[in-house]
Amino acid sequence: MIPEIGNLALTFALALAVVQFVAPLAGIASHRWRLVLVAKPAAILQFIFVSVAFVCLAWSFYVNDFSVSYVASHSNRFLPTEYRIAATWGGHEGSLLLWVFILSSWTFAVAMLSKSLPALTRARVLAVLGGVAIGFISFILFTSNPFDRLLPVFPIEGSDLNPLLQDPGLVFHPPLLYMGYVGFSVAFAFSLAALLEGRIDTLWARWVRPWTQAAWMFLTLGIAAGSWWAYYELGWGGWWFWDPVENASFMPWLVSTALLHSLAATEKRGVFKAWTTLLAIAAFSFSLLGTFLVRSGVLTSVHAFANDPVRGTYILIFLGVVVGASLTLFAVRASTVSVTSWFGWLSREVLFLINNLILAVATLMILIGTLQPIIAELFDLGKVSVGPPYFNLIFNSLMAPLIFLIGLGPMVNWRQFSLSELVKRCKNAFIVSVVAGLTVVYAEFSRSSLDLFQIFLGIFLAVWVCVLNLADWLKRAKRKKGIQPGKVSASHYGMYSAHIGLAIVVVGVVLSSHLSVEKNVRMGIGNVQVVEGYEFKFEALDDFVASNHDGLRGRFAVSKNGEPVTFLYPEKRQYHASGQWMTEAGIDSSFTRDLYIALGEKLPHSEDWAVRVYVKPFVSWLWMGGLLMGLGGVLAMTDKRYRNKAKQKDAAVKENQDTAIAEAAS
Amino acid sequence: MSEEEKKTAAKKKLWLYLIPLFLFFAMTLLLFSGLGKDPTKLESQLIGKPVPEFEKLRLLDPSLSITQNELQGPALINVFASWCPSCYTEHPYLMKLAQSGEVRIYGLNYRDKRDAALNFVNKLGNPYDLIVHDDKGRVGIELGVYGAPETFVIDGSNQIVYRYVGVVTEEVWQKILKPKMLHDQPSAAKHTSAQEVTEAGEGK
Repeated sequence: MIPEIGNLALTFALALAVVQFVAPLAGIASHRWRLVLVAKPAAILQFIFVSVAFVCLAWSFYVNDFSVSYVASHSNRFLPTEYRIAATWGGHEGSLLLWVFILSSWTFAVAMLSKSLPALTRARVLAVLGGVAIGFISFILFTSNPFDRLLPVFPIEGSDLNPLLQDPGLVFHPPLLYMGYVGFSVAFAFSLAALLEGRIDTLWARWVRPWTQAAWMFLTLGIAAGSWWAYYELGWGGWWFWDPVENASFMPWLVSTALLHSLAATEKRGVFKAWTTLLAIAAFSFSLLGTFLVRSGVLTSVHAFANDPVRGTYILIFLGVVVGASLTLFAVRASTVSVTSWFGWLSREVLFLINNLILAVATLMILIGTLQPIIAELFDLGKVSVGPPYFNLIFNSLMAPLIFLIGLGPMVNWRQFSLSELVKRCKNAFIVSVVAGLTVVYAEFSRSSLDLFQIFLGIFLAVWVCVLNLADWLKRAKRKKGIQPGKVSASHYGMYSAHIGLAIVVVGVVLSSHLSVEKNVRMGIGNVQVVEGYEFKFEALDDFVASNHDGLRGRFAVSKNGEPVTFLYPEKRQYHASGQWMTEAGIDSSFTRDLYIALGEKLPHSEDWAVRVYVKPFVSWLWMGGLLMGLGGVLAMTDKRYRNKAKQKDAAVKENQDTAIAEAAS
Repeated sequence: MSEEEKKTAAKKKLWLYLIPLFLFFAMTLLLFSGLGKDPTKLESQLIGKPVPEFEKLRLLDPSLSITQNELQGPALINVFASWCPSCYTEHPYLMKLAQSGEVRIYGLNYRDKRDAALNFVNKLGNPYDLIVHDDKGRVGIELGVYGAPETFVIDGSNQIVYRYVGVVTEEVWQKILKPKMLHDQPSAAKHTSAQEVTEAGEGK
């Protein structure tokens, strides 16, 4: 009964999405403002019905209803409860339902938090969101229904959730990532609304900014969580693979980072208007493209769920309609937008322009690299392969100048700035950064010159960004009475936090990739291996049994110079339902290094094991930096001006709405 | 500016603003062309043809060269590289397969630095009878390799029988590759023992 209720609720949600899409647009076109007002209640009801559907699916997992085909193939009754619930989005159908659920949640948030918007703008935004919802809900209902039953014969026991996904990572990573992906639908909807109205101004940018910051924050955290998950779950210590699916999440991140900056310029200076709307469209289009790449099976990926050309065709058509229509609207309307502001060659506008250019080029290069297998096949271009070497080369050489500019950005004024002032204020920071870089190079002098160059560049850039951002904060917080941190706006704190977070990520990337020591060794019980001064002693190997798997747990005592440091417990697990073996690494994380042990295979004809012993300096900085960047998004969103101004304007907006509605009605 | 001039200016501008739409349209066509083709089943144009001619250095002993004549089928040619994450996933199973003695495996070390590749086999173990060090990727290009890992099945007369893209696991070997070899050589193979484990699921 419950799955049928879920199915029915989803069908109602589809009908409501149609209303939410058609009514406001038809109302605006025909000047019937009662129709326009339908948008908000339709959005709220749509959210309620999608939530009901989502809860129904989660409930079916909770009660082990294996008559539901999706539940039977992704769960069994021995799966721990938290993973049974998280298994709701552990496969294709359910993860799409999560997509729709998050989309309707964002829509709900827009409907509830948009009192300050002119009624017609709000109606158009909700209509666009409704249009996107129609596409996705019908995709679920017609090609990937998670409520389909296996009747009359259904299994007594379900198969299993992919053991790789039986991990706390599954509980956080997909929802965070989807919150980000789908969150860009709001900026997208605002852009289309602005293009439809033919008005893109400062006020518009101020409405869009907090929504974009929120989505960017979730996407940043989602990507960081995914990379952390890969790091400890895959058992060989890597954290980024340039896998098509990783790229699919990274491209919207790059575009939305560009969007955050260009929105700032649009809000403060009224420039880059058309470009900003294009970026907002692009950020969401890349999210849709990511969904297509993951779901259609056009690219091989370690993330691939089901490869189904019917689903692929559907998403491609949807993508074509949504993005094609938006870009057409963009071409027709944005070409008539006029910009009257000017700016000098050394100004924040120009820095943002370069920032946007670099991010756009980086996105395109990653897109080309990701689609390269299809391109090569289509044009029969001799068989060229690209892999991590391509991505690393392109990406690093584009990012280095960009990060250099991050140091300058906060300091350089809008409109124009004097070069001599810039040099004066950067001089000390430059010296400090060079010294910091050289110090690290000196400490690691035995390495190859290419390594040393990259280490130097990384440390130099990270210190450069930190010093200049902190100096900028100091300058802004300085008052006659001394330093008053409260005088600096939340927006600025958000910016510093995100910039310094990125610098910390850079340190993590550079030091962990150049200084990590990885040993793959043969070890038996009682053996000791010394890596980077740490002595790893293989003390014991015990059997253990859990609810849905059993396995072997090793105990390694780690000591340094005779002092005990910690114990590591790597595991080999065999999952009962599928019989698959999984490796769980034993990791001890600290501020300056991670100790990482994974059990490989038992070697034949002996009691020894192939063991991977890694010492990875500063690798935890990757995720600390990611968290700090996410925090930056949160801080920026809480800036008072998004709320205060909204309140001050309330009266004016009210009037505005009344006249708008009156106009529409007449 | 006259009205006429304004209009032509606006038209020029419109073309500029249409660029994103055209780019998107081109990409959509590209994606459409890729639909319905399972990338793991890419046919190699070389199927049914002999292993292409090459002369390269051996990875383990760069003083010796190696040509296609040194390879003796029936065997697998496994394309790997130290920069390829999935190769690390695949490696333990290749070790087991090599130790079982069921099949000879040749390695094609694809676009890799010698040091890094030596590191890979020295640390993780060497399942390969011989390893071709294809530093510039020429042999890979001749074979039509898209990336690593890929595995080619060659028969007793060194003809390419099959090409598999992706990680070789117990399942892939038993269900896909082994039948191709059996087809060629009916008496191949004792069975792998049952306790042997597979890391089949260990992709991400």
